[in-house]
Amino acid sequence: MDSASSLLAQLTQLNAEYARAIDDDRLEEWPAFFTERCVYKITSADNHRRGLEAGIVYADSIGMLRDRVSALREANVYERHTYRHLLGLPAILSERDGIVRAETPFLVARIMRNGDTAIFATGRYLDALVEDDGALRFRERVVVCDSSRTDTLLAIPL
Amino acid sequence: MPTREWPGETLTRVPYWVYQDERNYQDELRRIFEGPTWSYVCLESDVSRPGDYRTTFVGEMPIVVVRGEDGAIHAFENRCAHRGALIALDDCGSTGRHFQCIYHAWTYDLRGDLVGIAFEKGSHGRGGMPASFCKAEHAPRKLRTTTLCGLVWASLSPDAPPIERYLGEEILGRLRRVLDRPVQVLGRFVQALPNNWKLYVENVKDTYHASLLHAFFGTFRITRLTQSGGIVVSPDGGHHASFTIDRADDAVSTAYRDQGIRSEKDGYRLADPSLLEAVDEFGDGVKLQILTVFPNLVVQQIYNSIAVRQVLPKGTDGMELHWTYLGFADDTPDLRRLRLKQANLVGPAGYVSMEDGCVGGFVQRGAAAAPDAVSVVNMGGEGTESQDTRATEASVRGFWKAYRRYMGH
Repeated sequence: MDSASSLLAQLTQLNAEYARAIDDDRLEEWPAFFTERCVYKITSADNHRRGLEAGIVYADSIGMLRDRVSALREANVYERHTYRHLLGLPAILSERDGIVRAETPFLVARIMRNGDTAIFATGRYLDALVEDDGALRFRERVVVCDSSRTDTLLAIPL
Repeated sequence: MPTREWPGETLTRVPYWVYQDERNYQDELRRIFEGPTWSYVCLESDVSRPGDYRTTFVGEMPIVVVRGEDGAIHAFENRCAHRGALIALDDCGSTGRHFQCIYHAWTYDLRGDLVGIAFEKGSHGRGGMPASFCKAEHAPRKLRTTTLCGLVWASLSPDAPPIERYLGEEILGRLRRVLDRPVQVLGRFVQALPNNWKLYVENVKDTYHASLLHAFFGTFRITRLTQSGGIVVSPDGGHHASFTIDRADDAVSTAYRDQGIRSEKDGYRLADPSLLEAVDEFGDGVKLQILTVFPNLVVQQIYNSIAVRQVLPKGTDGMELHWTYLGFADDTPDLRRLRLKQANLVGPAGYVSMEDGCVGGFVQRGAAAAPDAVSVVNMGGEGTESQDTRATEASVRGFWKAYRRYMGH
């Protein structure tokens, strides 16, 4: 396998593991996909296109990611639900100076406790990845949702 | 048949049918949203140059808000006088000096006056509009607009008083305190809520629930009912502002633990608490202020997270909440970053607003089979006066006082 398809295989496996950790409710494993200083943001395509910086989730450290998980486990109250991520193929945009830039489309269904199943979000992950402590990790994962609208609330990270 | 009666004069009892009844909802649209009230529609900076427009709603009426050639802000119903189609089809944009309906190219100026009809004189001497047709008599309804603190409101009624009088001195002062200089939009988000619009407005006015429902608040000492602060309710009850003041001696309160309430969690600490490092940018020690303007606007200051929230009713059991996150043009990079981090507290994924997204739906569903049962709103007594405690439902009763007056109950 040449290095380009090897990188694609790595990214595909990484994205699959990322989605599994969230969908299987192993949220405590989610921060480990990121570097110590990182950016994780959930925003809309409209805000992204206009260069508006705010996100409905905005973390710039691994500590903030852990706090997001703690808040969900210990503080926040919401009706029980789960996600199912369906991911498209990662597109490798560039590989330069140790940073891989990639874009991966996603569709997340939300399944409520009464069984209602709906498309909750679609969009793309805009990623910057680096080799960190023996693994490929996200230095940046900007979740750009196609829609500016959230149904009811967003509790579990995308 | 449910009775649709109010249980007497008291503001402490609210029947659940008000969140469910379709005819009552249609009355609300007419008497409140199309009545002598001001509905927030957009920021002044959203329509900064002539031709800039934004589409939104007043109640369920689609409207266009546009900066005119004369510099004034106009608003009119987004309905072509011909066959009723939407005239403007996007969220926002910039048109020249006209709007043109795509259906038959009927043309409007920036005031919403009909100025052009395709084939008005017919084609090859045949057809066309009758000679008696007068364009001036055909136009979508116009709304008055008013601007204050960079916010634009619209009203369909000539009887809505000037905005300063509508707000009253105290609420006006609290608004000016936060929005005293040019704003910058940091992001826009929409939250679709599965509940009647009034359930959300009540929730925002309800200072009683804040540190009980939102465990994040109580645990991280952002606000507790034992902190000093208070509420201001406008004379007619419709508007309110609640605020919390930073005080050094709150550290030792055990009132929560003594009551064994869920939101008190020992040993729960943030790994990265930097989002709670607030800056006293307004210089008065008030670290939290939530302000509502009847019927559809919330202006928040939560530490340094500033936002406006617009309530749009969508039927008896749904609504949209349009969030606009704000900063100021003179923000330093550090303050700007602090605002972006503190935005984690609010919005559809907010640490302290997440529950507000679902609790309205819990009420809508909980009361589904009890239209004639009543909600009990007795905290802090029976009145609607401003108080120096937030352990009260006075501002919720204030909402019902204003509501019943507009509705003629």
